[in-house]
Amino acid sequence: MLVIKVQKLSKTFGDNQVLKDISVEINAGEVVSIIGPSGSGKSTFLRCINLLEKPTEGKIFVAGQDLTAPKVNVTKAREKIGMVFQHFHLFPHLTVLDNLTYAPIKVKQIKKADAEDKGRKLLDRVGLADKEKAYPNSLSGGQKQRVAIARALAMEPDLMLFDEPTSALDPEMVKEVLDVMKDLAHTGMTMLVVTHEMGFAREVADQVLFLDEGRLVETGEPNAFFDKPVSERAQDFLAKIL
Amino acid sequence: MNLDFTQIVPYIPFMIEGIWVTLQFVLVSILVGFLIGTVLALFKIGNIKPLRWFADAYTSIFRGTPLILQLMIIYFAIPQLTAYDISPFLSAVMAFGLNSSAYVSEIIRAGIQAVDRGQTEAAHALGVPYRQMMIDIILPQALKNILPALMNEFITLTKESAIVSTIGYLDLMRRSQVVGAELFRNFEPLLFVGVLYWSMVMVLTLIGRWVERRLNVGD
Ligand SMILES: Nc1ncnc2c1ncn2[C@@H]1O[C@H](COP(=O)(O)OP(=O)(O)OP(=O)(O)O)[C@@H](O)[C@H]1O
Ligand SMILES: [Mg+2]
Repeated sequence: MLVIKVQKLSKTFGDNQVLKDISVEINAGEVVSIIGPSGSGKSTFLRCINLLEKPTEGKIFVAGQDLTAPKVNVTKAREKIGMVFQHFHLFPHLTVLDNLTYAPIKVKQIKKADAEDKGRKLLDRVGLADKEKAYPNSLSGGQKQRVAIARALAMEPDLMLFDEPTSALDPEMVKEVLDVMKDLAHTGMTMLVVTHEMGFAREVADQVLFLDEGRLVETGEPNAFFDKPVSERAQDFLAKIL
Repeated sequence: MNLDFTQIVPYIPFMIEGIWVTLQFVLVSILVGFLIGTVLALFKIGNIKPLRWFADAYTSIFRGTPLILQLMIIYFAIPQLTAYDISPFLSAVMAFGLNSSAYVSEIIRAGIQAVDRGQTEAAHALGVPYRQMMIDIILPQALKNILPALMNEFITLTKESAIVSTIGYLDLMRRSQVVGAELFRNFEPLLFVGVLYWSMVMVLTLIGRWVERRLNVGD
């Protein structure tokens, strides 16, 4: 089943065309890694999918709904799309548990007690059951990112977007976050992950998208892509980072 | 040296009562200023152009003219134009409330804009509607940024409030003048209310610090 269908997506900031004519299809349960040089438009592509950036041209369907249709309820559509940011963006004035329950209670009108039960289960799942009363600023980077993942999951999204979730972390904390993401991948969550972690991409992803200067230059199954990239651009890029 | 504080002793309760009179209208004014100021700040950061213009023009006018002029206009012009006999209290609250809302709106606007953009994005990504995001996520964090400036505004207002004595409102300042006229001695009552003003400002400063500490629990 298709979860995401992107058709001829273009995005322009002023006169800077950042995304050029991108078309992609992603099935339910697929894990897709998006890689490419800095400034190639990876974040912009991801942000278009939950309309944090408004596409200039093209169509985006998520779970069958055309998000680019004129009268679409953007706020409602975003409930089904979880997003994890490089810099976490937890709500600093709320406790960890309140971070998880805020949107379910206020947006989905779930009962507080039910939301808290669910929140505690999620915290347990990301290994932070003992932190529910802590405030975000008292946590390490890796812990913050795990809370951020749990917060997104609390909305029971159909798919999850990750924008360089480990890039702001100290090296020793990368693994704990990647482990949580791997677990999530095994539960069948559809995931789009912008990452520089090639090991993760190779091991977990079903599909790799390689972006360069706003174009989708190459897509492929990870082993094939990393061992025998077809395009010269991808060969250059991999030669530099591996 | 011709100083005699014993003479003002019988008038001390009368003057101390002025603290409450002054605080009363300063409190109401700051509340009015905060409410209108919040709305103006939301206009300023919003996408609706006419509202943005209105808020900018409003701020420009109230910050660009003397407060005492605004007070006089409200006190004298309203009865003349509308035949409504406005009380000194209402005039004072209106002038100070409207005036301070212009300053407060700038404070709040800056406070909101100082909140990390990531907070807005995280709220958007969770499907939180704009209004709810403002109330639950952005404003509480902005409040922490603006509290020191807001407390300053409160203190300024408390001190500036003395100009309502010009329209005959029996505030702390006015009371010292009344006592001065009765005793034919001005220095002692003025000095006395000076100490009272200073004490009020100190108390407000301490309250401000305490509230600030309470708000910093997350850090
Ligand atoms: N809000 C914006 N306004 C103007 N230009 C922008 C905006 N966001 C991104 N850009 C530009 O779009 C281009 C692509 O940016 P994007 O952040 O999508 O790249 P990226 O592949 O995620 O890079 P990185 O690996 O450094 O995160 C860059 O040239 C950037 O300057
Ligand atoms: Mg990026």
